[in-house]
Amino acid sequence: MRSEVDRLLEEAKWTSAAARLRDVWRAESSSASAAFVVSRLEKLRDKISLLPFRVAILRSFTVEPIVPLLRAEAFYFGIDLSVHVGDFNAYAQEILDSESSLYRFAPNAVILAVETREIAPDLWQEYAHLSEEQANSAAQRAANSVQQCVQEFRGRSQASLIVHNFEQPARPTSGVLDSQRELSQAELVREINRHLVASASQMRGVYVLDYDALAARHGRLRWRDERKWLMARLPVAADQMIHLAREWLRFLVPLSGKSAKALVVDLDNTLWGGVIGEDGMTGIRLSAEYPGAAYQALQRALLALTYKGILVAICSKNNPDDAMEVLEKHPGMLLRPRHFAAMRISWNDKSQGLREIAAELNIGIDSLAFLDDNPFEREQVRRTLPEVMVIDLPADPLQYAAVVRDHPAFERLTLSAEDQLRTTFYAEQRERAQAEQKFQSKEDFYRFLEQEAEIAAVSPTTLARISQLTQKTNQFNVTTRRYAEEQISRMAEDPACEVLSIRLHDRFGDHGLVGVSITRDEGDTCEIDTFLLSCRVISRTVESALLAHLAEQAIARGCKRLEGWFLPTKKNAPARDFYKQHGFEIARQNGEGALWSLDLTKQQLASPEWVKVVRVNGGMD
Amino acid sequence: MSVSDQIRTIASDIFGVSADKITAASTPKTIEAWDSIQHLNLVLALEEKFGLQLSPEEIEQMKSMGEVIKLVEGKLQAAAN
Repeated sequence: MRSEVDRLLEEAKWTSAAARLRDVWRAESSSASAAFVVSRLEKLRDKISLLPFRVAILRSFTVEPIVPLLRAEAFYFGIDLSVHVGDFNAYAQEILDSESSLYRFAPNAVILAVETREIAPDLWQEYAHLSEEQANSAAQRAANSVQQCVQEFRGRSQASLIVHNFEQPARPTSGVLDSQRELSQAELVREINRHLVASASQMRGVYVLDYDALAARHGRLRWRDERKWLMARLPVAADQMIHLAREWLRFLVPLSGKSAKALVVDLDNTLWGGVIGEDGMTGIRLSAEYPGAAYQALQRALLALTYKGILVAICSKNNPDDAMEVLEKHPGMLLRPRHFAAMRISWNDKSQGLREIAAELNIGIDSLAFLDDNPFEREQVRRTLPEVMVIDLPADPLQYAAVVRDHPAFERLTLSAEDQLRTTFYAEQRERAQAEQKFQSKEDFYRFLEQEAEIAAVSPTTLARISQLTQKTNQFNVTTRRYAEEQISRMAEDPACEVLSIRLHDRFGDHGLVGVSITRDEGDTCEIDTFLLSCRVISRTVESALLAHLAEQAIARGCKRLEGWFLPTKKNAPARDFYKQHGFEIARQNGEGALWSLDLTKQQLASPEWVKVVRVNGGMD
Repeated sequence: MSVSDQIRTIASDIFGVSADKITAASTPKTIEAWDSIQHLNLVLALEEKFGLQLSPEEIEQMKSMGEVIKLVEGKLQAAAN
């Protein structure tokens, strides 16, 4: 496989070379293949489409051997990760110095990886000699010093921050006596960790990585390698380094926006054991006992995804009646038809099913993940739709659930009210689509919908969702500028800026917060920095209502012109004619796009009569 | 693949030279990339691949590919007995 990669690189067949390079990594995720993948990635990175992302690692221990593993794994998920490693144990100075190489690197995200023995050496090694008071104050000091680092960083950078929490010692200093004490050594480390979570939750864009649980999950004694610590200040054992790299990716993938929006699953031998067409309702394996329990565990993991706002859909080669009978009636099913945002049950090719599902859900093909026990189907999808995130399943069904739960494409760092209700939104959407067909004209349908839009300035409760929309919205998005929560929050404080959100409600239900606009006044011009709408509500004219509101507000502030760039991407064609349709004219053009302008002294924008617009109070105070 | 071939493949990945250029006689002098950082990476890759642990003394000993191969083969043999 390695020589094939090199041959394809020599022949300048970049896409195939990248696909084979991913196969190399999939076949063996080791330090040696990481070195190979990273060296070939250097030749490829400018030739294929990868998402660039920059991460800085501030650390109290050696992480260099883990970096290639991290970059190879990121490449597997379509991310070209640039990594800056801070000087050994210099994390505090680097954070405090605004001119340090950390800030010059301009990272998108920063990982702060400090060990317990560094932040609280007395708690780590000398616990048995400490009085209760000394122990408490050691924990307090450690907690304060991390909190200070985090705060100082937040004051100097808008990058996301991932902070490792602290590991308990594998062997408490006092042995079993430690667990007899209320204030045990382990408990004090947990106390520092509790403090860390509390202070992180007070700040935007600060996320805790549960390093203690990570080490415990893999076994504390196997996780650590004391020889490498003494020799090279590398505390993590060689065969465990990949797990730390993967844990980092569970944060970096959602931060970079490479998350999957929907997971498309197969049925036979994936959601249940056996083949419904052959084994029948009583023959398939699906229950709380072995072997059916494996499939229930997977279904439980899928259900957990729907609560995080990830859609689950079905693509199965089956007789629809057979499959629907299981979905509706089998007593072992935890998932029912209402849990699925879309279904394609037929004998068609799976790649066609996936294309249709993406179209029906109005999301990009590259937002789909695909889960199927059959290696043939997986390979076929990989070849025909390389944008789809194809998930490999091991032979043992008991491991299926863990594969889904560990997958970084399904990680979310924040959860909005919209996320938790997303599956319901799509069910309501199906009703809307059915209703739409009954009307002669679009206008009649719009009137029937009784849409009510609530426009509000960004507030602490909507901040996360607004940032999330800027990061996830690809289609109706005029500039596709991605903003972290911290950046939105700064714009909200800027008196020249206005960050607005729009919520939409109609007779079928609540759409939640579905649109964002960001404008900035300069002189008598109001420039639209961001204007986006969730794909669920495109072509319901709510965009015209929001734009009219912006124009009205701009006039009220004394502006004479409303301007906005349209920056074309592969995906934002739905927004291409937006400004033109509303009477804007091209004022300027460059290689990236066109600046559209509307003379507010001459032209008025009318809000569509069938959308009732309500301006409600918001704001950050 | 024999253990020595597997080791040569690992060394080829880590040092970024083709496997046929790596022989028992290869040393940090003949392989430009074989510095102290890559030496650590080689050790980690070997430990990971063969599920073994190398002591600081053993790591010191690894002064040529021949010695690396002898050391790993010896440890695997000892573990098998």
